[in-house]
Amino acid sequence: MSSLAANDESSMSDAAKVIQPGWVRTVHWINAVAMIMMIMSGWQIYHASPFFAFRFSHAVTLGGWLGGALLWHFAAMWLLMVNGLVYLAIGLLTGRFRKKLLPLTPSGVLADTRAALTGKLAHDDLTKYNYVQKLLYAGIIVVGILIVLTGLSIWKPVQLQWLTALFGGYDVARVIHFSCMAAIVAFLVVHVALALLVPKSLRAMIIGR
Amino acid sequence: MGRLRSLLIPGVDQKLLVRDAVKIMPDLARRRFIAGGTSLGALTLLTGCNVSDSSTAENLLARISKFNDAVQATIFNPNALAPTFAESDITKPFPFNAYYELDEAPEIDGKDWKLEVRGLVDNKKSWTLDQLYALPQVTQITRHICVEGWSAIGSWTGTPLRDFLKLVGADTSAKYCWFQCADKDGYNSPLDMETALHPQTQMSFKFAGETLPRAYGFPMKIRVPTKLGFKNPKYVLSMEVTNEYKGGYWEDQGYNSFSGS
Repeated sequence: MSSLAANDESSMSDAAKVIQPGWVRTVHWINAVAMIMMIMSGWQIYHASPFFAFRFSHAVTLGGWLGGALLWHFAAMWLLMVNGLVYLAIGLLTGRFRKKLLPLTPSGVLADTRAALTGKLAHDDLTKYNYVQKLLYAGIIVVGILIVLTGLSIWKPVQLQWLTALFGGYDVARVIHFSCMAAIVAFLVVHVALALLVPKSLRAMIIGR
Repeated sequence: MGRLRSLLIPGVDQKLLVRDAVKIMPDLARRRFIAGGTSLGALTLLTGCNVSDSSTAENLLARISKFNDAVQATIFNPNALAPTFAESDITKPFPFNAYYELDEAPEIDGKDWKLEVRGLVDNKKSWTLDQLYALPQVTQITRHICVEGWSAIGSWTGTPLRDFLKLVGADTSAKYCWFQCADKDGYNSPLDMETALHPQTQMSFKFAGETLPRAYGFPMKIRVPTKLGFKNPKYVLSMEVTNEYKGGYWEDQGYNSFSGS
């Protein structure tokens, strides 16, 4: 009897439990759209003066030519920046970052990485991030900030020359900007693959629970 | 054109008709047609889907680009100088870059050339090269940043444009200095007055201490270290001080018009 009552209670609280609040879902999907536009137009911009031998397939670039890609890039940047600032502001003010991403310890990351690689990492409670998730989500926020700042520094290397200098000058800032893109794309591959492997996490990002 | 117009069926919207005709053109022809006809060149939205099909997306991007012009004009600090470099930092060889090959670059005879000055100025007389060479000159070693992403450091010597504007009695409350150049297909470009009056904006006659070579815009280039390279006119023929936005070779194809650094 008592166990039944306990079960009822937990299933009720499960149903009521919102894993991803509305604001997180909203900024997440706006960010997804903005990020994809930035990456695809960025690949087209890269073609105008590539620093590696490889090129991106035209099937995955946006803008058609340099001028078009720049229009997309400098339009989507507003969406990315404003949305990103809203995310950072609410995340800090509501304490979500602190609750979800801290504490973040090297020993915790090591233990969870080992557990993940040996297939022992559980993820039955989607409201709690393991240390690998904490590291990746905190890391991608830092990379996100870095890609916006390096982007601003190569957009305005005279007006924001202190920022450009901070990144080691125009040419270096451009390479850092590109490297951040590569990190985000790598994150995206893992992130999307895992979301598909754990469909309830994808559902939570769509309907909240 | 008059004959063509008479062939049109009355009641058919000409603009819509043209748009439909454009849609059935082969892709390349269509792009060129659109590049010539509207301010935005060929934009391709996602895979194989041309933005020109959706003038909404094109218009929205153009509007945001205009908004970006305004943002950049606000950010622009008339007193902020572009970083300068040592002579040892100069990029050698400094790249030649244009929408044509070097052998197609204008070949101008310095003896015949005159800079034409038009528009809102007191003194509209044209200037010979010797007259311009006689003006006080300064040297700057600054970074040229191309819209394509590469950059190179060069040394330019010439007269600050603001000194010249004062000399010809230009109305510096006007909005633009509009430059027309000798490049094939008629390169031209508008420069906002705030930038024209920037202390480092220069009428350049020398590169690396030598008379400006043909590759870099002989006889005169406008060096603007606070703008992207495509807004640094070479082979300049005339300057017009104007309140009218007259467009530009690259600006009309969709490059952001302010393109400040």
